[in-house]
Amino acid sequence: MRAGQKLGLILLLTPLLLWLSLLIIIPHIDLFLLSLRERVGVRQYETGLANYTTILTEPLYMVTFARTAMMSILATVLTLLIAFPVSYYIAKMARGRARSVLFLMCLVPFWVSELVRTFGWMILLRESGVISGLLQWAGLAAGPVEMLYNDAAMMVGLVYTSMLFMVVPLVTTLDSLDDAVIEAGYDLGGSGPSILREIVIPHAMPGIVSGSIVVFMLSLGNYLTPTMLGGKDSLWFTQMIYSQFIVRFNWELGAAFGFMLLILSSLIVWAVLRLTGQTLEKTMG
Amino acid sequence: MTTPMPDLECDALTKRFGSATAVDNVSFTVPAGSFFSILGPSGCGKTTIMRMIAGFLEPSSGDIRIKGRSVLDVPPNKRPVNMVFQHLALFPMMNIADNIGYGLRRKGMAKAEIARKVDEALDRIGLPGIGARQVDELSGGQKQRVAIARCMVLEPDVLLLDEPLGALDLKLREHMKVELKALQAAFDTTFVYITHDQSEALVMSDRIAVMNAGRFEQMGTARDLYYRPQTAFVAGFVGDANRWQGRVTRAEGEALEVKTDGGLILRAISPGRKLPVGDRAEVFVRPEAIRLAEDSAQLSHFDTQISGHVATILFNGAASRVIVMDATGAEIEVALPQSGEFAHLTRGAGVHIGWSGDQGNAFAVARP
Repeated sequence: MRAGQKLGLILLLTPLLLWLSLLIIIPHIDLFLLSLRERVGVRQYETGLANYTTILTEPLYMVTFARTAMMSILATVLTLLIAFPVSYYIAKMARGRARSVLFLMCLVPFWVSELVRTFGWMILLRESGVISGLLQWAGLAAGPVEMLYNDAAMMVGLVYTSMLFMVVPLVTTLDSLDDAVIEAGYDLGGSGPSILREIVIPHAMPGIVSGSIVVFMLSLGNYLTPTMLGGKDSLWFTQMIYSQFIVRFNWELGAAFGFMLLILSSLIVWAVLRLTGQTLEKTMG
Repeated sequence: MTTPMPDLECDALTKRFGSATAVDNVSFTVPAGSFFSILGPSGCGKTTIMRMIAGFLEPSSGDIRIKGRSVLDVPPNKRPVNMVFQHLALFPMMNIADNIGYGLRRKGMAKAEIARKVDEALDRIGLPGIGARQVDELSGGQKQRVAIARCMVLEPDVLLLDEPLGALDLKLREHMKVELKALQAAFDTTFVYITHDQSEALVMSDRIAVMNAGRFEQMGTARDLYYRPQTAFVAGFVGDANRWQGRVTRAEGEALEVKTDGGLILRAISPGRKLPVGDRAEVFVRPEAIRLAEDSAQLSHFDTQISGHVATILFNGAASRVIVMDATGAEIEVALPQSGEFAHLTRGAGVHIGWSGDQGNAFAVARP
């Protein structure tokens, strides 16, 4: 009986342990060791921090690094601002069937691959695309308008891609807020904005933080959207990692880039948790 | 000016949801400083009335006046009415002091003034010094009192209470009934209380309205409702009652003789209601109005006397009952006195029961 239970536990834990060790821990250790290796000659390596000093001293790398972080934060904030009213409507105002339909509508775009979704935006925004055509037809534009390949187009793509990951935690937390608590707020003299500030947002905070963390990480690690919708000035950090590994074949520097990204995202998530007074257990549990 | 201005007046209040009428032409006034209850089964429309007074629902027609002024176009956050919600709806994201101070903050009162008022309110409800605690650290009864204090610091003209004792266990509920009544007296505010629990309404209220299917069946003091129910619904809903259906066989003014469908001959009264001979009638007799005796001679002064045997004894301390089965097989519930004389009563024992005719309330049976 005892032995049987033990065997069961081991069998249940095996996939988790395999996943953790094979896909997370071992590659990261290897990546870390790789990032500490510097190439001094053909097939000659030394251990040192040269790759990291390269990143810190090369302005392009640092600018891209900071830009990626800022743009990801901006994408997260925009996603939150758009998703919050949507989630509030779904969780608190829509009833019955309308509610499921609305929720489904948030989900529908995710039935197609990210590539197709992003390509959908290209069809809309490109020079010969739908919106450009409409503007010309309406006489608002003299010639074709190019709306692709800039930061705004990229931001639209990032927000669109992340929306669901913000809506789901927000709907869940807002759903758990008793309607009577909101009514009590009104009854005791609260106005709409003050109830939002003092009752709804504090209650939804775990959902806001967990949604923001997920969206931020997804944006930071996104490769496809910046590549397809972003312009030549919209270099994303993941593109640099890609070019080091695939184009330049400089795995050492690529690995160092990867580690910088990991440190960056961990730092920002930690800072956000500290600022909002939330803990990882509370937001993810 | 003959009478002082009532705190709350509802005039021909009606609320329709689509084709269903939840509240049907209800009018009542609540004098200042009194405890008014609306008692009714769930779904009778009492919550709808309360939500209309609080301002969360708009009446389909009719008027609500508070201290003589119509509040129909006043939004809920501006009405001089506050509500204690069924599940209290304390703000879990705030501590107790912030919960109680919420309404004062919204009024833009100075911080020091708020702190003073909150402390005062906590003293009033007998929980001084708990301001810094979180909501979930409090017991059910304490939360109850905080929910009332949260409203009372705003000094509303009317406090609405929506079955606030429903979530408490029995012992605490009994205790809170007394406490609520005391709090009402201490704050000297008009309370409007809705409940489906008759004992809550009977114990606390100055006046009670019994509501059924969107209408008020009867309005009066607890004693009025208990002793002089005006409708069959009130007789059946307030207190327990044995009920029989039958036909009126004799009528002398208000006094009647009714032969039940089971063959039992009963005496009853129908004050203020005409019940001619031959009409179908329903008779209600309370178990506690029936005398139990081992010797029929003790019951000689009662005009309804029945002999039978004990079918079941339902022992429940002070509320113990005996089910007596008579010769026709009818079962009659009788209160079992706890004075000791029936301590040895056993199942199957022969007993005599009797009651005076004016304890039986007869109502005409509505024809379908």
